Amino acid sequence: MEVRTKADLEKMKEKGLKSLYPGKTKISVGMATCGLSTGAGKVYETIQKEIEKSKLPIQLSQTGCIGFCQREPVVDIFEPGKPRVFYQGVTPERSVELVHQWLDNRVVEDLLLCKMEGEDWVVEGKVKDYSVQHIPAGIDGTPHYHQVPFYSKQLKIALRNCGFINPDHIEEYVAKGGYFSLYKALFEMKPEEIIEEVKRSGLRGRGGAGFPTGSKWESCRKSKADRKFILCNADEGDPGAYMDRSVLEGDPHSVIEGMIIGAYAIGAHEGFIYVRDEYPLAIQKLRIALQEAEKAGLLGENILGSGFSLKINLFRGGGAFVCGESTALMASIEGNVGEPRAKHIHTTESGLWDLPSNLNNVETWNNIPIIISRGADWYSRIGTEGSKGTKVFSIVGKVNNTGLVEVPMGITLREIVYDVGGGIPEGKKFKAVQTGGPSGGCIPERLLDLPVDFDRLTEVGSMMGSGGMIVMDESTCMVDVAKYFMGFLKEESCGKCTSCREGTKRMYEILTEITEGRGTMDHLDLLEELGWVTAEASLCQLGGTAPNPVLSTIRYFREEYQEHILNKRCPAKVCRALLRYQILSNVCTSCGRCAKVCPAEAITGKQKTKKEKGKPFKINIEKCIKCGMCFEACKFKAIEVE
Amino acid sequence: MESSEIDKIIKQYGKKESAILAILQDIQTKEKYLPKEVMEQVSQKMRIPMTNIFRIATFYNALSIKPRGRHKIDVCLGTACHVRGGTKIIDKLSRDLGIQVKETTKDKRFTLESVRCVGCCSLGPVMVVDGNVFGRLTQEKVPGLLKEFK
Repeated sequence: MEVRTKADLEKMKEKGLKSLYPGKTKISVGMATCGLSTGAGKVYETIQKEIEKSKLPIQLSQTGCIGFCQREPVVDIFEPGKPRVFYQGVTPERSVELVHQWLDNRVVEDLLLCKMEGEDWVVEGKVKDYSVQHIPAGIDGTPHYHQVPFYSKQLKIALRNCGFINPDHIEEYVAKGGYFSLYKALFEMKPEEIIEEVKRSGLRGRGGAGFPTGSKWESCRKSKADRKFILCNADEGDPGAYMDRSVLEGDPHSVIEGMIIGAYAIGAHEGFIYVRDEYPLAIQKLRIALQEAEKAGLLGENILGSGFSLKINLFRGGGAFVCGESTALMASIEGNVGEPRAKHIHTTESGLWDLPSNLNNVETWNNIPIIISRGADWYSRIGTEGSKGTKVFSIVGKVNNTGLVEVPMGITLREIVYDVGGGIPEGKKFKAVQTGGPSGGCIPERLLDLPVDFDRLTEVGSMMGSGGMIVMDESTCMVDVAKYFMGFLKEESCGKCTSCREGTKRMYEILTEITEGRGTMDHLDLLEELGWVTAEASLCQLGGTAPNPVLSTIRYFREEYQEHILNKRCPAKVCRALLRYQILSNVCTSCGRCAKVCPAEAITGKQKTKKEKGKPFKINIEKCIKCGMCFEACKFKAIEVE
Repeated sequence: MESSEIDKIIKQYGKKESAILAILQDIQTKEKYLPKEVMEQVSQKMRIPMTNIFRIATFYNALSIKPRGRHKIDVCLGTACHVRGGTKIIDKLSRDLGIQVKETTKDKRFTLESVRCVGCCSLGPVMVVDGNVFGRLTQEKVPGLLKEFK
């Protein structure tokens, strides 16, 4: 259906509402990459077969990720007049049970995650009340969505539609207020007014650096040229951050709508979305969304009959981390290798093919429609003085609840790790949280009450980055973490600047010396000096921030470095060269499992049988390759690492 | 790869410099790597110097100029997977298959590679075999998962 007028858009909305809330039972399976990797595809197929076989009056749909990736596959069931329920950890076998129980007006209690009696429609500033009249049996003890600790402190703006709409259906996006902001921007606002609104909202770039979005648009608008470009950075390279993947897989139209509004504001008619090669599903969902938007007349020539035209191309990256840097990304689109250049002249003046180009990150684009619909005043009330709105974090690593969380800026790290994340598993002790990816740093426990905000994180030697938050406990070695990041950066440095190419390599070598027991105290001074040179003498921010993981760990965890250097010990028991595995003879049950899994045949002993008791097993230190297989295999905690 | 097949791929993107990465990626999807003869043909057809093509082919991690096996194993070494033991998974595969990272087994069955984050950080450690993502791995689980890839 082609949309030409606001009435057409309303009609599409009606259609979408019928698809979102059909007058019968609807089951949605979360089928983003995290869902699929835990078997959501099979769950979907099983339910589909069951519906066909038993001719059930059910509509089956797929959706993106609702954020609680750890509990995937997540399946939600909705029926008019009943609360919506979310099931977690659904297997194909049990999915059939869920369906039939629901039709019998019952829920399967042990798989329930939460229930919901109304849904936030953020774009329109409303709550859709489900007008619950019938309560399925067995649901009473289930918490409401907002009572689940993982969701309790969240405020979903960027993730507003993820897990609620089918990303392949443009009508469902429109049903939740999508593309109405575009209409408003094109017909009710001048480009300058849009830029003013974005400026007043206080939105800062979500890709990491936090540059004020409105100011960037303004300088691009003011650049005089016949051709300008609008670009979306979806080359989400920070390991440990995957919010962009989730948005692209679950709500691609929000990004496209934001880009069209931005293009209109700066006066661009051509655009590119640069997506990471490692995200095949996001590429697929984006491709469908771009086609759907073009078919509906919401993208392409003469959008909505306004006279404004925009063509957006999809560009698949080549798996190079440095291409997330703006000038490298542009070089890559031009068909060159992705090497950054000096930015004495901003890309808003001379970017892609030396023409004015405006690049923003996925999450930044996704925030634009909301700012237009709800207004800068509303948006800027959320967050802190210098950082407005919300930010999506991927909270992963050694924490109980892992997944994507969207919280207002200003919330403390402690709230994220302990309230939302549920603390550290297995009763272990918290050690640090790493933010900002390879450009960021490790923040120790004593700084946990730090409010999350662009400037505060930079003050303590880390940075916001794209929002990866990796929680580390006592079993994570900080020297090893620094070495890990340096290994990453040494590989990903494009090699253009000597300081970065050689600096990262030398720092990696020194860290290897330390983790293998050959470190000296002079190494620490050398690391600090090398870090300083690398940061100061490199063109782009890959080199400019490269020393952060090293410098921040030396700053906050100096004792751990000293332990490695002076006592040749790794307190976290990670650095392999410094470890020794041994079997506690008083705990060993002589089951022989360790000897079976040992690839080096380093474990010997006498296995117990029904008749004989057996003898405790022993590890031959000479033969041991320290792979940790025995440690993983032992069910009795009889293997000790020193 | 037939010359006509290369033409078809080039036609889809157009003979412009900015299309080179996409064209090489499509060729690689079919051939599993970039054979030298094919790169030379692309160079002639697109009138882009071979040195440039070679530079691109060696710059991007997604492209390989070395032949790959029938199945590609990518072990995630993102930060979350690393702190949860991703390197142990690599070591296990390396021992079992008798190859190092970026190498292919003698029977051409597997190529072992590492990737920096596939964005499934909640389920780490993770590996991807021919696009199928396997999460919550332990060293013990690995051999069983590889059985279905012949």
